[in-house]
Amino acid sequence: MSARLLELSGVSKRFERRPNLGERVAEALGAAPAGQVVHAVDDVSLSIAPRETLALVGESGCGKSTLGRIAAGIHAPTTGTASLAGAPLMSGGARPRKATTRVQMVFQDPFASLNPRMRVADIVAEGPLAHGLVSRAGAAAYVAGWLGRVGLDPSFASRYPHQFSGGQRQRVAIARALAMQPDLLVCDEPVASLDVSIQAQVLNLFIELRRDLGLTCLFISHDLGVVRHVSDRVAIMYLGRVVETGPTAEIFSAPRHPYTKALLESVPRLRREGAADGDFRPISGEIPSPLAPPPGCHFHPRCPVAEPRCREARPELRGAAGRQAACHLAGLD
Amino acid sequence: MSARLLEIRGLRTHFTTRAGNLPAVDGIDLAVDRGRILGLVGESGSGKTVTGFSILGLVDPPGRIVGGSVRFDGQELVGMDREGLRRLRGRRIAMVFQDPMMTLNPVLSVGEQMALALRAHQDASRAETRTRSRDLLGLVGIPSPEERLDAYPHQLSGGMRQRVAIAIALLHRPDLIIADEPTTALDVSIQGQILHEMRRLARETGVALVWITHDLAVVSNLADDIAVMYAGRIVETGPAREVLARPRHPYTRGLLDSVPGEAQPGAMLAQIPGSTPSLLRLPPGCSFRERCARASAACGEMPGLRALGDGAVRCHHALEPTP
Amino acid sequence: MKAFWSEYAENRLAVVALLVVVLVVAAALGAPLITPQDPYDLANLDLMDARRPPGHVGTGGYAHWLGTDAQGRDLYSAILYGLRISLQMGIAAGAISMAIGAGLGVVAAVSSSRVEQAIMRVVDLQLSFPAILLALVLVAVLGQGRVPLVIALVAAQYAYFARTAYGAATAERQKDYVEAARATPLRASSVVLRHLLPNCLPPLIVVGTVQVANAIALEATLSFLGLGLPPTEPSLGMLIANGFQYMMSGRTWISVYPGVALIVLIVAINVVGDQLRDQFNPRLRR
Repeated sequence: MSARLLELSGVSKRFERRPNLGERVAEALGAAPAGQVVHAVDDVSLSIAPRETLALVGESGCGKSTLGRIAAGIHAPTTGTASLAGAPLMSGGARPRKATTRVQMVFQDPFASLNPRMRVADIVAEGPLAHGLVSRAGAAAYVAGWLGRVGLDPSFASRYPHQFSGGQRQRVAIARALAMQPDLLVCDEPVASLDVSIQAQVLNLFIELRRDLGLTCLFISHDLGVVRHVSDRVAIMYLGRVVETGPTAEIFSAPRHPYTKALLESVPRLRREGAADGDFRPISGEIPSPLAPPPGCHFHPRCPVAEPRCREARPELRGAAGRQAACHLAGLD
Repeated sequence: MSARLLEIRGLRTHFTTRAGNLPAVDGIDLAVDRGRILGLVGESGSGKTVTGFSILGLVDPPGRIVGGSVRFDGQELVGMDREGLRRLRGRRIAMVFQDPMMTLNPVLSVGEQMALALRAHQDASRAETRTRSRDLLGLVGIPSPEERLDAYPHQLSGGMRQRVAIAIALLHRPDLIIADEPTTALDVSIQGQILHEMRRLARETGVALVWITHDLAVVSNLADDIAVMYAGRIVETGPAREVLARPRHPYTRGLLDSVPGEAQPGAMLAQIPGSTPSLLRLPPGCSFRERCARASAACGEMPGLRALGDGAVRCHHALEPTP
Repeated sequence: MKAFWSEYAENRLAVVALLVVVLVVAAALGAPLITPQDPYDLANLDLMDARRPPGHVGTGGYAHWLGTDAQGRDLYSAILYGLRISLQMGIAAGAISMAIGAGLGVVAAVSSSRVEQAIMRVVDLQLSFPAILLALVLVAVLGQGRVPLVIALVAAQYAYFARTAYGAATAERQKDYVEAARATPLRASSVVLRHLLPNCLPPLIVVGTVQVANAIALEATLSFLGLGLPPTEPSLGMLIANGFQYMMSGRTWISVYPGVALIVLIVAINVVGDQLRDQFNPRLRR
């Protein structure tokens, strides 16, 4: 088995809101505990092989963004380990800090992810300069090179972000990430905020760069069409847990987990032949709040084939390596 | 009662900003028949939202309608006095916004808001109001509607709030609902649910819908007719089936080809080069000219909207349907 | 920038106010050049000129446009020199409190919960004290003079900047570009100095302008109460105080003219501050 580039093992991330003074007094007087704990990520184990693109798919509250940020070194996992090429991502200690520059992130909102008061040249050059990837003297040429690589006119380097369109800003964000010469690129919904025609341009850029630079990617998205187009493998998440993993083509053609099946059926897809009544099969119910996830299998209240044991026991991921589903009933199709 | 419910001709809504005049909507013709669903499709800057707002006279300065006509069931809406518009809004034409919090008041319960909306246009007893509100909440697919009446917006999820907004829109059994990207901010599965229900509701209640969106997948699952907007103008209209399967305008074709769903995984997507021109600096002639592979010298003249089959297209080099 | 100023220019009142401020600053800077008398030089004063009405030609041979005060000072000159003091004190206090307050606020926003709580509780405590009370106590302890006065003003005002900076930094800290900077990874000091602080400036500038006006008013109050600068260097507050006893006897100009000058300056600065606040307000900009 080839060495995995990114290895997430038993990763959980808990966000706690401690009760404030007033709430603690109320608790002492007999009120219900007010502190809130969200298990944004609940015991997730994933790995990505070099040059592979793994897509993380799910809806609100599934934890894909949090998991992405753990993979990018922004959050430290509460429990579990995250390592890149064998070395831990975060330093140890009371306040863990990111210990490597080999993983970089591209964020969703091109309007919020660039410092409005910095010129584009400085935005792209800041990281490389701080980490010695380029000298001050060479910075301008380095930036120009990357801007050209992402399809922007290098003379735009002296401009400010607000002078660019959404698609162009996203290219700047990609240039910023790639200028750090990472091995792993984490993309958090990189095209979700863009118009359809611009989306195609940025996706094409992504495909091209990935091929030219041999990048490994963790691609977070809720758009199944995009996911199918750019990823090699997919992991589906629901309320903090991974419910299914597998090669993209298999997940789309033969999903095993009821949530995956329901998702594929209920998501609006472009139909060139127009609408037809009675074709939809939407998932029933709403996504539960991450503050109070259902016991056992989180999906059981909405699951068309749920059984009593689904409420009692959490299903583990089962199946062959690389093709797994977390369902008590998987494999019994 | 004619079948033609909404007739827009030559509508122009311009914004006078410090930087110049922005022709957000520059001469559009649209028609919606009773009980039909029109999908108004366009990317950002196309003018689709301004069109929706213009119909109801909701455009605020520095924007205003500078020309054209919007006839609703025979009545001219452009230039109508405020009282006349107020009587129409909510009762015969309703609007659903992208952010349900634009409709919902955070300090009032759902029941209170629906009561306010109901009593704005008709008298009803408290019991009648409650019954009607509860029935509508059930109609839009909200479980346990009786309990939800007492809930506040912050206690509801995004999808629920949007359903409440839709229920409020349906309160007076309007003839037309204008929906401006109402599902864009929601999770994809909830989006699927709401689209499914809107189509059912439209069939059951006979309400006409103008559904404004940038999402081709959404429109392909919902609309009977499609109108595509680009840089303030309509570039193509027609029955949804036709426009989606046999697009005539190069922009429509380009948009449809950009959607990654059908393409070969991993391959480069067909992309439209460049980006939407700034409305302040539109090129003379066809606004799509600089991005179009079929452009020629003739495109220096703005093409007119030409009838073609069951629809219309604004292009000198309209694509021929491939057999 | 041009767009900023053209938008500013749409509010005529704000343009007038800005002109007033500019004029006052220019006049104050050029005071020695445009006044007939240096009112701080006791040798210039002649008691024969005391309490003369506006227009009176005094012993110096020139007309006292705004009259004279009880010590024989030409009021026009005294007001301009007084404005100089007001501006000096106001701007110095404003700048130093901004630096200290913003620094504390940003540090609080990025620090651990304990440090954050510690700093902000002190700031809150500070804010609950009337500024004038604090300033009085400090001046009483530190004595009179320019430096103690500035210290008192800064102590009374830094808390407003701290609170504003804390709010702005807490909001900015959660934005993607700050996360992106931290994720590079960049050192915390770089993130604060290059990313957080510059983006917290707009609300700080607004608070800054208004606080300069407040500092001027506070200094005038202290001087009015006799706790400001020594009587030989009267600031506007002291001029007003000196002239108070003559208000009933018809020699109103001694108090009124310095009062008007003070009010005009403070109002002008406030109007500019208001306009800046409205312009910096985040609006739908796309």
